[in-house]
Amino acid sequence: MKVLVPVKRVLDYNVKARVKADQSGVDLSNVKMSMNPFDEISVEEAVRMKEAGTATEAIVVSIGPAKAQETIRTALAIGMDRGIHVLTDEDLEPLAIAKILKAIVEAEDAQLVIAGKQAIDNDYGATGSMLAAMLDWPQGTFANTVETSGGSMTVKREVDGGLQTVKLTLPAVVTTDLRLNEPRYARLPDIMKAKKKTIDAKTPEDFGVDTTPRLKTVKVTEPAGRSAGVIVENVEELVASLKKEGVI
Amino acid sequence: MAILVVAEHDNTDLKDATHKTVTAAKQMGGDVDILVAGKNIKDVMAQAAKIDGVRHILGVDHDSLTRQLAEAMQAVIVPLMSEYDAVIAPDTTAHKNYMPRVAAKLDVMQISSITGVESADTFIRPIYAGNAMATVKSSDAKKVITVRTTAFDAAGEGGSADDKMLDAPAAPTTSQFVSEELTKSDRPELAAAKIVVSGGRGVGSAENFAIIESLADKLGAAVGASRAAVDAGYVPNDYQVGQTGKSVAPELYIAIGISGAIQHLAGMKDSKIIVAINKDEDAPIFQVADYGLVADLFKAVPELDAAL
Ligand SMILES: Cc1cc2nc3c(=O)[nH]c(=O)nc-3n(C[C@H](O)[C@H](O)[C@H](O)COP(=O)(O)OP(=O)(O)OC[C@H]3O[C@@H](n4cnc5c(N)ncnc54)[C@H](O)[C@@H]3O)c2cc1C
Ligand SMILES: Nc1ncnc2c1ncn2[C@@H]1O[C@H](COP(=O)(O)O)[C@@H](O)[C@H]1O
Repeated sequence: MKVLVPVKRVLDYNVKARVKADQSGVDLSNVKMSMNPFDEISVEEAVRMKEAGTATEAIVVSIGPAKAQETIRTALAIGMDRGIHVLTDEDLEPLAIAKILKAIVEAEDAQLVIAGKQAIDNDYGATGSMLAAMLDWPQGTFANTVETSGGSMTVKREVDGGLQTVKLTLPAVVTTDLRLNEPRYARLPDIMKAKKKTIDAKTPEDFGVDTTPRLKTVKVTEPAGRSAGVIVENVEELVASLKKEGVI
Repeated sequence: MAILVVAEHDNTDLKDATHKTVTAAKQMGGDVDILVAGKNIKDVMAQAAKIDGVRHILGVDHDSLTRQLAEAMQAVIVPLMSEYDAVIAPDTTAHKNYMPRVAAKLDVMQISSITGVESADTFIRPIYAGNAMATVKSSDAKKVITVRTTAFDAAGEGGSADDKMLDAPAAPTTSQFVSEELTKSDRPELAAAKIVVSGGRGVGSAENFAIIESLADKLGAAVGASRAAVDAGYVPNDYQVGQTGKSVAPELYIAIGISGAIQHLAGMKDSKIIVAINKDEDAPIFQVADYGLVADLFKAVPELDAAL
């Protein structure tokens, strides 16, 4: 089974986003960028499937600026077989991303896509399910555990009430949640080896996809701030304060 | 303009998230209908009909909708959209699951987790874990929207919408429900609770979480947790509050042994009063707390419990 993993290069999760003074967006100049944390989990899962013999080939795709190649290299170092880089300097919407991914899935004849449940920059959480719908495939979102057997896949999902298990007929789309696995670090020899793996260079035009944004960002502003309150000396003072607030 | 709200329910009770979503829909202007898709949903439909200012209640009752799996929900909603300008649902896991499928089938871009409605086509949504707020204007003919319910008040009761049953479309066969393990609790629901008591890695073990639970019970509160506490197995996954867990905005949020990472703050910083108990006076949680107590939680929490 061929597995496709889409990965996005995003502002590192440890870095606090800063809104630009002109309200046009978030300042991404000279800040640390990394692979979207959920995508690291997807890559790890695909590599484990290769190691277990359930996946025959694992392909990593990133749609983004030239630097997205570094993100692809990171995935190759962890064990993905080859990469596809779709070059664009625009931050495309999930609708356009899903359309490009659909074209790649069809060209590659992949049977499984493992995407992240959400990109931590735009927080849309849409791409995986959009892609599944476009392909008319079933989906297992927010995956906590996955198990492939024959032509089907059992996915335990993290839902609001607890956990839900569904069985999908392959081909399918899975989106990863935080507890699916713990991603490994790439070892130095693997980083060296990854430099020799191929990355196909593409553009959105190659897929004939209209990427015009449907949402126009009118402005981006700072959230309403919260300021630090008071430090109470002890439990009695805390209880008294909360009683005064009328919350207990 | 006609707007379809998708109800949040468990086939027995209509959830408050529905009322809040109705409020967001009303702010867009136009007629608001509610779709109840599930199994044996008569009671849920009756509850939905009472929400103030709703026109019709649409019911789809079928075995394939018992668990509202994504493929089945898509099959119900997409055909209905010829009659509607917008479909809007709470951003709980049930709806986050299928709404992007609906958007893709309609060839529109989903507007996820809105916290504000500026007009029928312009919305406010948090990005970067709530560290920035984006105002976005949609050029799509139809809108597919999910709502951060903590940002909207619940629509009131007193309505008397009429209802009608619709035929269920053919059930998808490629996806099947197998089983579920739901967390059983007599405590209020996390997303709807007036008080939330959350524990983090500092609590140290599943056994130690008993002191958090005891305090919560004293206060009639829901229990939440940081990702670290969930990952360490102290509590189930559905307790997680944050960017990638649940969003809460109670009257009172008590964070115990939680450092206050960006991702955690994203899910609770809209709470009215925040209390932090942490032994590290430099913990970032104190920067958002209205009341901070620098103390060992194993001493402070039982003391607090006893003082109430
Ligand atoms: C993609 C992604 C998504 C994430 N999503 C979420 C999310 O939704 N929600 C979330 O919470 N996190 C999330 N995280 C994780 C987040 O970055 C932090 O790692 C996590 O919130 C830390 O949890 P914590 O505060 O319990 O643990 P720590 O940061 O380890 O803090 C423990 C705190 O306990 C205090 N403490 C220890 N012992 C005691 C004691 N005896 N008495 C008093 N205080 C004590 C310490 O001083 C410390 O401040 C996410 C991370 C990533 C990468
Ligand atoms: N530009 C991109 N390139 C590759 N994959 C992407 C891109 N954007 C989103 N994805 C994938 O879609 C998932 C969800 O993203 P989103 O729908 O934007 O929250 C991510 O975790 C990735 O797996």
